[in-house]
Amino acid sequence: MPQPLISLKDVCVHIGAKVALHDVTLDLVPGEIVTIVGPNGSGKSTLLRTLVGAIKPTGGTITKAPNLRIGYVPQKLHIDPTLPLTVRRFLSLPRRVTDAVAAKALTDAGAGDLAKRQMTALSGGQFQRVLLARALLNNPHILILDEATQGLDQPGSADFYAQIEQVRQQFGCAVLMVSHELHVVMAASDRVICLNGHICCEGAPETVASAPEYRALFGSGTHGALALYRHQHSHTHDESCAHEHTHDHDQSHDDASHDAIAHEEHP
Amino acid sequence: MSLLDDFMIRATLAGLGVVMAAAPLGCFVVWRRMAYFGDATAHASILGVALALAFNVSIFGGVLSVALIMALTVSALGGRGYAMDTLLGVMAHSSLAFGLVAVSLIDGVRIDLMAYLFGDILAVGRMDLLVIWGGAALVLLLLLTRWSALLTATLNPDLASAAGISPRREQLILSLALAMVVAVAIKVVGVLLIAAMLLIPAAAARPFARTPERMAVLAVGIGMVSVLAGIQLAFHFDTPTGPTIVCVAAVLFCAASVADLLKKGSAR
Repeated sequence: MPQPLISLKDVCVHIGAKVALHDVTLDLVPGEIVTIVGPNGSGKSTLLRTLVGAIKPTGGTITKAPNLRIGYVPQKLHIDPTLPLTVRRFLSLPRRVTDAVAAKALTDAGAGDLAKRQMTALSGGQFQRVLLARALLNNPHILILDEATQGLDQPGSADFYAQIEQVRQQFGCAVLMVSHELHVVMAASDRVICLNGHICCEGAPETVASAPEYRALFGSGTHGALALYRHQHSHTHDESCAHEHTHDHDQSHDDASHDAIAHEEHP
Repeated sequence: MSLLDDFMIRATLAGLGVVMAAAPLGCFVVWRRMAYFGDATAHASILGVALALAFNVSIFGGVLSVALIMALTVSALGGRGYAMDTLLGVMAHSSLAFGLVAVSLIDGVRIDLMAYLFGDILAVGRMDLLVIWGGAALVLLLLLTRWSALLTATLNPDLASAAGISPRREQLILSLALAMVVAVAIKVVGVLLIAAMLLIPAAAARPFARTPERMAVLAVGIGMVSVLAGIQLAFHFDTPTGPTIVCVAAVLFCAASVADLLKKGSAR
């Protein structure tokens, strides 16, 4: 096994008096895609924010490889409309980068033509690509994404994940992400970590999906959806797909568009 | 006649000194939605005036101490789940009230309260000028050297942390700068109008800026025009100077907003 990029041992995090995470032990190795799943309030974002150094753990140890470069894409970034900011200027925060470096990062993230646009005028998908470009600036060993496709519709988020996969192949970086989109998790991850204050179970996607801890957290309904998505993968464009599947699909699409509306209310 | 020139020049220099610091800091106040925070710090400083008179220390020192205590208290309490606007309202208005009461209790000192509430820029002396320019230079230096870190922390605390910048430290630095600006501006526009000098030039600059730096520079320019025109108009029409400066800034803000609307309208 290669030297881990980040190694967590018995990490505990308190937010106020509340225990957000306890006894988290975890190794991240170069090049792997790891996805964290878990119900709301299970500490997913807390774990990522602890890894990037935004929260200090109250117990346990975090060991990072020497000179580790982390690219971080936050969950959501609200930019106040009173703050004028071009995409190009945004990339130079806090450290100035040359035009060449900025242009390359934007191209790598699939946002090549956005440099002169105002951040507040970008669509959800464009905004996430710019955040990705910013995370790529320092040529990261590991890319950390916190629900990066929240507020995107399904084609938008599929495009975004394709971009991530392309970036990983190009940079050879590890990817650690939180996702609610279980079909993406199943299709694209090397390893899934199921979190609920602590690590309930982890392993290859198939292993986790059939683990009793996972079923207990997500219920059989979600597991059904997962199974259907996997079922869909083995068929190509079968229009006469199971009725139950269409229902599940609509359900998640409604959720996605609901997110988009909520997002627009607070641009 | 030379005496007249002299106090007008001193007043102008004092006003320019204040906007040099207040306008860029005001941009952060606007971006971070700290408008009420600036207002509260300024209101609290009347208590500093009272304490300074009671203990016979310099007004600048008294105001700076109270503004600092106010800024630090609010910063400290803000992170603990209190409703920020309630907290600020309680602290700002109670310290203003305590300040006004305390001033009235001080024996033997007849002070012109209006001078502290609305400023008395025409009475600025050489020493005041030194304090104003010293304080303004300090604030400007602080903003310039920490510009990138302050901007990143303003954008998103997590992004800042990931880049090794402490958002709390940057917040603290802005609070310190705010206290300093309040302390130097009290003589120029008074406690009730300091927030206006922070906010209005920055808000007027917003429609014409594509980058944060541009907005800060434009805000300084708009603030300077307001000071120059305000002092002249106040002299000409015999109106109170501090409020006149704020009026000019407000008119510039309206003009900027209308220009922005027209620009957007023609683009459509």
